Amino acid sequence: MSYAISANRLRDGVVVFLSPAGWVEHLADAERFPDKAAAEAALEARARADEKRNLLVDPTAFELREAGGRIEAAHIREAIRANGPTVRPDLGKQAVAN
Amino acid sequence: MYRYDEFDAGFVADRVAAFREQVGRRLSGEMTEEQFRPHRLMNGLYLQLHAYMLRVAIPYGTLNSRQMRKLAHIARRYDKGYGHFTTRQNLQYNWPTLADTPAILDELASVEMHAIQTSGNCIRNVTADHFAGAAGDEIEDPRPYAEILRQWSSIHPEFSFLPRKFKIAVTGAPKDRAAVQTHDIGYQIVRNEAGETGFAVYVGGGQGRTPMVAVKIREFLAKEDLLAYTQAIVRVYNLEGRRDNKYKARIKILVHEKGLEWMTQSVEAEFAAAAREFIELPSAEIERIKAYFAPPTFAARGTDGYKARRQTDPRFAAFAATNIMAHRQPGYGSLTISLKPIGGIPGDASAEQMDVVAELAERYGHDEIRVSHEQNLILPHVALDDVPTVYDVLRVNGLATANAGLISDIIACPGLDYCSLATARSIPVAQRISERFGEGERAREIGELKIKISGCINACGHHHVGHIGILGLERKGVETYQITLGGSGDETCSVGTITGPGFLSEEVVDAIERVVDRYLAVRTSKDEDFLTAYRRVGMAPFKDALYETNRGADI
Repeated sequence: MSYAISANRLRDGVVVFLSPAGWVEHLADAERFPDKAAAEAALEARARADEKRNLLVDPTAFELREAGGRIEAAHIREAIRANGPTVRPDLGKQAVAN
Repeated sequence: MYRYDEFDAGFVADRVAAFREQVGRRLSGEMTEEQFRPHRLMNGLYLQLHAYMLRVAIPYGTLNSRQMRKLAHIARRYDKGYGHFTTRQNLQYNWPTLADTPAILDELASVEMHAIQTSGNCIRNVTADHFAGAAGDEIEDPRPYAEILRQWSSIHPEFSFLPRKFKIAVTGAPKDRAAVQTHDIGYQIVRNEAGETGFAVYVGGGQGRTPMVAVKIREFLAKEDLLAYTQAIVRVYNLEGRRDNKYKARIKILVHEKGLEWMTQSVEAEFAAAAREFIELPSAEIERIKAYFAPPTFAARGTDGYKARRQTDPRFAAFAATNIMAHRQPGYGSLTISLKPIGGIPGDASAEQMDVVAELAERYGHDEIRVSHEQNLILPHVALDDVPTVYDVLRVNGLATANAGLISDIIACPGLDYCSLATARSIPVAQRISERFGEGERAREIGELKIKISGCINACGHHHVGHIGILGLERKGVETYQITLGGSGDETCSVGTITGPGFLSEEVVDAIERVVDRYLAVRTSKDEDFLTAYRRVGMAPFKDALYETNRGADI
């Protein structure tokens, strides 16, 4: 299954995802890596560089899965980060998406 | 309540200025995250799942309307319009930006508030009975001593780098509403045979992955020795506490490994050896601080209006029965504003609700508000004849849930919806239990029952001392919930016992219902509450109820 890379933006803490055009706020726009090795390579080469430039904090690679034609995080923790609190659908990225 | 003097104001202003500079250096790249992290944590700023989180200290849970309005203002201007009241009587904002944090701390300082020592391996916000100064059973108001401890422990140079965090609670009544036996140090105000008031001293309580009930190391400590004795305890801990393993670094492990006798002797030896003249509390200083907490002047008030409304309005009567606590002053009561609306998020309050509470406190509550460790707000001094008016305002603002102390008055940590340490969600479980049992006849029939939910082993939701505790864990990527029974955080403090295999999220509310139904079946009468019944009959009947129809997940 494919992978993506997330981090928190330094200035405001917002969850961001690595894309070919830089860091984006929605998982749908994130770059998908075909396997863990490719994601780890991008994490080391690109995300760590931006971490060193103090743009973001705690970059991490995580697994994706397809569900109902949509790409989402395989693990609930990353899914909640990508969407927002499940108890407040009016907040986080899901609020914009809905 | 306590007012900052020049020293306090200057100290907080200096700290804000220092943090502003540190944030600037972090944003400009002069500091790495690794270098910056200890600074931000010492100012209460975490990085959570979605954003930064700022934890604001509310010393011993006491604040006035001006401070509450400021909290509301910050929620609106810098956050997303709400705040979360915590089990440490603090407030957390879930969405501040790093860049805004210095401005938020400036705003807090303008109303004598801060976020200092709400994180890190230091002495944290000192908590106290939320009915302090109002409860009928109180020997003495614990808050002056909590304030003295706060002043003494704020950036104390010797105790700013302890092996782990350190939590102190003080209660002034025999009925322990501050859970002192679950703290690193618990002080309980007692009266000795000579009629003097002082402290019984408990050490080594705590929750987390290794829950322990504190041991009493002294029957009676004179008030003037409060700081000397606290220093002795923390000094022994600081020198002897383990630093090799984060999970074995709390004082409870030291007490457990070395034993009560060793701990008592070590503390007493340190206490005897300390140069007392530098740390003895002069009675004049105690009296000076106590003056800040002098009770308001209570005008004589009748209770006719209160009684009449109780007789004519069943919903009001239900509210009064659960949410009004007896006050030491005739004609007055302490009013609990439940932050547990049925199906709502425990501890959350919107900015508008905070403003409403501030307004009510100012008009009807001698300008005092308390935050309880059970994540509710309290107006400690309300004339009973004003309660109908207060209730009507609360009701239209979604704040009149009549469930204080009932099954739907649930403590829940933020869990995996917000917290980067969590392994499972807590809030949705609390919401579904709350919806199942509600605040009506069924909840009242069940009576006093404390359910506490944590979303990980760190136990911020106090599940170990819940009459029914729920611990959310992850098993192969799936949220699962372990149930404990028989915990209690009061003067009969006990750690709950795990029932057996855990339950999936979709099973856990039914499981709780089976426990509750079994309690109703085994209790001798309505007067035997859940904890008493559990202690009488033990685990077996509940285990039967839980697992006869459902074997549960294998965790």
